[in-house]
Amino acid sequence: MLAFILRRLAQAVLVMLAVGLIAFSLFRFVGDPVLFMLGQDSTPDDRERITRLLGLDQPFYVQYAKFVGRAVQGEFGLSLRQVQPVSKLFVERLPATLELSFVAATLALVAGLTMGVYTALRRNSWLTQFLLAVSLLGVSLPTFLIGILLILVFAVLLGWLPSFGRGETVAIGWWSTGFLTWSGIKALILPSITLGLFQMTLIQRLVRAEMLEVLRTDYIKFARARGLTDRAVHFGHALKNTMVPVITITGLQLGAIIAFAIITETVFQWPGMGLLFIQAVDFADVPVMAAYLCLIALFFVVINLVVDLLYYAVDPRLRIDRAIATH
Amino acid sequence: MSAAPLLEVKDLRVEFPTRRGTLVAVDGISFSIAPGEVLGVVGESGAGKSLTGMAIIGLLEPPGRIAAGEIRLEGERIDHLPADRMRRIRGRRIGAIFQDPLTSLNPLYTVGEQLVETILTHLEVGHDEARRRALRLLAEVGIPAPEARIDQYPHQFSGGMRQRVVIALALCAEPRLIVADEPTTALDVSIQAQIITLLKHLAREHGTAVMLITHDMGVIAETADRVAVMYAGRLAELGPVREVLQRPRHPYTVGLMGSIPKLGAVKRHARLVQIDGAMPRLNAIPAGCAFNPRCPQRFARCTAERPEPLQVGDTRTACWLYADGPR
Repeated sequence: MLAFILRRLAQAVLVMLAVGLIAFSLFRFVGDPVLFMLGQDSTPDDRERITRLLGLDQPFYVQYAKFVGRAVQGEFGLSLRQVQPVSKLFVERLPATLELSFVAATLALVAGLTMGVYTALRRNSWLTQFLLAVSLLGVSLPTFLIGILLILVFAVLLGWLPSFGRGETVAIGWWSTGFLTWSGIKALILPSITLGLFQMTLIQRLVRAEMLEVLRTDYIKFARARGLTDRAVHFGHALKNTMVPVITITGLQLGAIIAFAIITETVFQWPGMGLLFIQAVDFADVPVMAAYLCLIALFFVVINLVVDLLYYAVDPRLRIDRAIATH
Repeated sequence: MSAAPLLEVKDLRVEFPTRRGTLVAVDGISFSIAPGEVLGVVGESGAGKSLTGMAIIGLLEPPGRIAAGEIRLEGERIDHLPADRMRRIRGRRIGAIFQDPLTSLNPLYTVGEQLVETILTHLEVGHDEARRRALRLLAEVGIPAPEARIDQYPHQFSGGMRQRVVIALALCAEPRLIVADEPTTALDVSIQAQIITLLKHLAREHGTAVMLITHDMGVIAETADRVAVMYAGRLAELGPVREVLQRPRHPYTVGLMGSIPKLGAVKRHARLVQIDGAMPRLNAIPAGCAFNPRCPQRFARCTAERPEPLQVGDTRTACWLYADGPR
């Protein structure tokens, strides 16, 4: 078990180094930041001074090593556009994105699981047919369209919910939360539905398919033959067996939720990392882009690690320290 | 044999409605099982043996349904009971064992958890008492060191050991009848005999009746008190096992016996007798006797009129050869 964790951690470090290299090479290939900062009519002296100030005159590998060393400490240099430390910008924006992703993921998981189980157990009810039809829409409509439609209905026509921003936030240390004010919670509703809808329908369809598969197995038949209650058979025996593939997909989707928050944040002008990234792209603000890339990769790596550990918790067959089957 | 049968099946008919018409998979079967008796049910695959068993434990898979006839357990009708009352009978009064022990146990729960769950479902005992019972059962079905193995998962057991666990699960609420559907087919030949001996021993010890469904005449000869031979969803012959094996009357049973290799056969190079042709498909059962196209002793009446089981000596045989008394 420990060996497994260490092995996975080593792999994670390798992945992060590779991502770091890609992020770092952005500096060299996305335009000339010096020219961009100073404009066309700057003097060569000015350019040289800024180049040296930013450490852009050193050889490639030295720059990369320094970059990695600083990145490990969460230091990605100054934003070229806002002339502020990138880490500070991200600390400001991180809570917004994480809160949005958290609500969206919870919504997707809870609603997706419930609807998936329901549609598998009540295969012929009208509600099942309805949910399946809706889920098809959820899977096929693009996120920005759903966001705009929600804004149109709930913000413009009905006027119930705000169409942009986070509402009022409360600062707890450096973390600014929208959970503690009424306007903050109201502001979360539309963006989290927009962000979570695709994942929700995906989880629903996955859970349904897996559950139907499991319900056909011999051990479910045998569980029924033992006279267990429907509840025990469905939720004790069938659902637990559905969880392994569901955990995999859900884990990966959680990473995707954080990454794809870009679109939702743009639609709702949500002051999170995604919006920061989009603005950085407009300005070729390379340190911000590089930091964003590394951070998202880190999320994916951590989530994958957690998913692998969860398998072990759910499925005894995967535990390494298993005894050898004996006659 | 005592007067009151434990299980009585009368004119049972199992149908599968399909788009192209109704398939009759079990057609007018009648038999009974006395308390403590072992009834063997033999026939080719598709003869309706398993469906008869599933109908008795109330687990026919839709669209399959009991279309006619009755099933009585200790005098009480149990076909068409409400789902919840039937569930209370399954496991409590009728246990079941299925073909494949490798897939009959839920891989995510320990053997002990599955036993305790079943015991708690049916008996009014506390958790500690249930666990003590589970340990006793495991010892009884011949699992060495039950204290160590009760907390292991099914994948830590070999096939034969798993089938022992399945038998323990079927026995754990002391049912009066066990429906064993091909309990040894999936096992190694060397393990088969052990399991059959165990099943026979436990049935005698607990006074449990067994409906032993198999296509293995050897198993029947060794275990059963009486045997029912099924063909194309109908009963061909039913009688004491010795009688049926030594003096088969129905031409199909005769053919079945002839196709079993015997050690020390009279002639060294005697060929095995085979029955020409194949069992008819359910949508193409011929008029009259279902066996008539393959029967070497067919005559006019066989293609015109369906034979009802006739008492011939100790056995009942559905064959027109015996219409005018035993030959």
